[in-house]
Amino acid sequence: MIVFAAFWLLPMARLVSVGASGPRGPAAYLAIVTDANYFASLVSTVTLSIGVTLATLVVAGIAGMFLQRNDFPGRAIVVSLLTFPLAFPGVVIGFMVIMLAGRQGLIGTVTDALFGSKLVFAYSIAGLFAGYLYFSIPRVILTVMAAVEKLDRALEEAARSLGATPWQVLRDVVLPGLRPALISAGAICFATSMGAFGTAFTLATNINVLPITIYTEFTNYANFSIAAALSLVLGVITWAALAVARTLAGSTVAAAA
Amino acid sequence: MSAEGRPEREFRPPGSSEVAKPRAWGDHNDAASVRLAECAKTFADGTRALLPLNLDIQAGETVVFLGPSGCGKTTLLRIIAGLAQPDAGGRVFFGDDDVTARPIERRNVGMVFQSYALFPNMTVAENVAYGLRVRRIRGDERRRQAAKLLDMMHLAGLGDRRVDQLSGGQRQRVALARALAVKPRVLLLDEPLTALDAKLRESLRVDIDRLLRSLGVTAVYVTHDQAEAMALGDRVAVMSHGRVEQIGAPQDIYYRPASAFVADFIGTMNRVSGQRDGASLRFPGGMLRLPGHAMAADHAMFRPQDARIVEPGAGALTGRVAAAFFLGSMTRVVVDLPGEQTIVIDTVERRSFVNGEAIGVDVDADALVILES
Amino acid sequence: MTTSSTPHPPRIRSAPSPRSRGEGRDEGHSRRFYAQLAFTVLVCAFLVVPVVLSVLAGLSQNFFVGVKSGLTLRWVGQVWSLYSGTIFLSLALALECLAATLVLGVPIAYVLARRPGRMARLFEELLVLPVAVPGLATALALILLYGGWRGFRASSLFILVGHVVFTLPFMVRSVLAVMAAMDLVTLEEAAASLGAGFFKRFFGVIVPNARYGILAGALMVVTLSVGEFNITWMLHTPLTKTIPVGLADAYASLRLEIGSAYTIVFFVMIVPLLVAMQWLSRERAPALAGRK
Repeated sequence: MIVFAAFWLLPMARLVSVGASGPRGPAAYLAIVTDANYFASLVSTVTLSIGVTLATLVVAGIAGMFLQRNDFPGRAIVVSLLTFPLAFPGVVIGFMVIMLAGRQGLIGTVTDALFGSKLVFAYSIAGLFAGYLYFSIPRVILTVMAAVEKLDRALEEAARSLGATPWQVLRDVVLPGLRPALISAGAICFATSMGAFGTAFTLATNINVLPITIYTEFTNYANFSIAAALSLVLGVITWAALAVARTLAGSTVAAAA
Repeated sequence: MSAEGRPEREFRPPGSSEVAKPRAWGDHNDAASVRLAECAKTFADGTRALLPLNLDIQAGETVVFLGPSGCGKTTLLRIIAGLAQPDAGGRVFFGDDDVTARPIERRNVGMVFQSYALFPNMTVAENVAYGLRVRRIRGDERRRQAAKLLDMMHLAGLGDRRVDQLSGGQRQRVALARALAVKPRVLLLDEPLTALDAKLRESLRVDIDRLLRSLGVTAVYVTHDQAEAMALGDRVAVMSHGRVEQIGAPQDIYYRPASAFVADFIGTMNRVSGQRDGASLRFPGGMLRLPGHAMAADHAMFRPQDARIVEPGAGALTGRVAAAFFLGSMTRVVVDLPGEQTIVIDTVERRSFVNGEAIGVDVDADALVILES
Repeated sequence: MTTSSTPHPPRIRSAPSPRSRGEGRDEGHSRRFYAQLAFTVLVCAFLVVPVVLSVLAGLSQNFFVGVKSGLTLRWVGQVWSLYSGTIFLSLALALECLAATLVLGVPIAYVLARRPGRMARLFEELLVLPVAVPGLATALALILLYGGWRGFRASSLFILVGHVVFTLPFMVRSVLAVMAAMDLVTLEEAAASLGAGFFKRFFGVIVPNARYGILAGALMVVTLSVGEFNITWMLHTPLTKTIPVGLADAYASLRLEIGSAYTIVFFVMIVPLLVAMQWLSRERAPALAGRK
């Protein structure tokens, strides 16, 4: 009986995937991937995702390592604050970006006061970038902190005993040690950025990321087959990225994926 | 390491109180003496890990810090290494250099960690050569020196292996090679043999002993294993609760312990108490002649192997055999003395003992250890 | 989309281990320390300042003038009158989702824990698919397949299905983690030897022992459901809106203040859940020491 309940899910999942692949014409599917517009959309999404991933890894790497290794008054609060945004839906994040960098945003006000002209970038690719960064950083920071905690301090001390400066220790011991975690966190970050919808939707940019393209195809042009095909491609890419993350990090991913 | 012409395996009898002369084994960095002045260590939570300590280690000497967990020996080692700072007022000197303010990466020490801490992302040869790489020695020169060291440690041919492909004993030797590659002024070893099984420990102990003596490097060695300490140390410092209870040559520590802790900690020590009676100590089991210097002593201590078995009644002590353990190289006999005291005797005589049989024991006055109370 | 990648509650580790206490920091905080601290605080500010701003915006009379225009709750009041239905629907959905994932997820986790093997791994992979695939795709698939069923399509049940498909893996993984760590077989054998039948064993022994995993999974599911947007946006109708959907509406068409006030409502719902999750992970950490 329990297994039956389990099997209820299986058809569900199966149907979901069947539903996605049903309406598309097989030949059209391939053409779509090579069509200029869609391809451009794919490329810009991938580029954005890669950029966000790299930036997040650096930012979260520095902050995460610092937080894990140092104690100071208010540390717990900082860590909590940094991880709250995990639950925000994309729309809220888009809104946050508008708050910071929109026409009445904080940054605009500050630059206006300092330089006399308002810096407004919420509705450009920079705004999108900031939004993606916003939801990626908390995720990666947690993974980084967990990984840093597992590092063997004796290795760093050994390197120091041999004369290595802090930079050399970082390069030769710490980063190699963090590599699996960084790769898996990066893959998750990439996958999430690829599939992000709410943020782009709220920021209503004319940068076409793939999820928006899919959405437009579906709702505005009723191009079901294209929408389905594109989302399949997207699904495959994100699934592949997560699979990479899983194989590289084994059980760690179960805790962070 | 320019080792040409130097005898590589000079065997020195253990326990000798002579110190190995420092040899010229590099262009720079001769072995340095180490001096600690008023070094103490209190942790942030108030734990006093180390009480103020003054210590002089001669160049080329091997000093072993011995003690139970928590006695402060590792803290002391880390202070010498530069991984920890002594409390205000404490100073560390290498030779004439005050290195107190210098972090470990600038002290030019070599350190062997208990877990070896070999870099998993590098091959064996790269591990050994790491210190040289940091010192910007050129690649081919690095490889040459690393190969030489690997040869010396009987690891030739393993240079390209990864760390996880090595056995425990091999890893230990790689760790040693890596520490020695930089020609350190002081070699620091933090319980390097603890992670190995007993047989391997013993054989590696011999190797390390030979190595330290042949290189003439100043070495500070931390362990909780007495046999290791006695075998390897020119001097042994017995520590407890942050203090050095006694420091001296192994024989001094063993035969002339300065405190009850040292007496109890090192090997087994028998202790009998009784009444002073002129030049003897009298108690229900018999009497023992005391050495001339003993003052108002009400007890005497002696090592199990210093006791001789004699006919019951003929010796100083008479008692009954409580138990006897044949240990291969000797037999350990537990003897109950009248007055509810128990002593332990080690004997190499090939005879068997029957529980309850009467037995006589004799101890030379000179072998008795009397502690000032 | 945003929350698809953290099934486990954020783990707040306590201060660095005793081995590092005092070592190397004895010289007092170096320049590097302050530089890193400043950087981290900056990152924190990046994340937190907009939140504060939006809360202020939702509470001030006039956003363009700023806080100087005075604080008011009238925007919040407006939000309530406009969207109370949505808010209730969101809550109801979250609870229904929780119920569904409990009923489905705990037994699934139990089966997976009891019979680890290739079938189980395969099943786990399938289970995780809805998380790996972007919400948009899942929603699309659901519409394409079931869109024809008018009644179903227009009801909130449709959205519920989407939510459940998405959150079930998190519940299962959370419970599975706890179950795999305890010795199920031995516990069951002990209970059976004392005469307990299957259901008694399940509800009396297994479930109570897995309660941390169940609780963590429950919090996760509710949080995800309340915040879910990608799937819900595609599946909703004007009659079946959830809070995030309402938020998108408000941002697009209404005054900034109302959008901000609505966001405040969202925060008020979400923050206690997040706090509970963090508190729970702190509690749980010692119990599962070494598990991760």
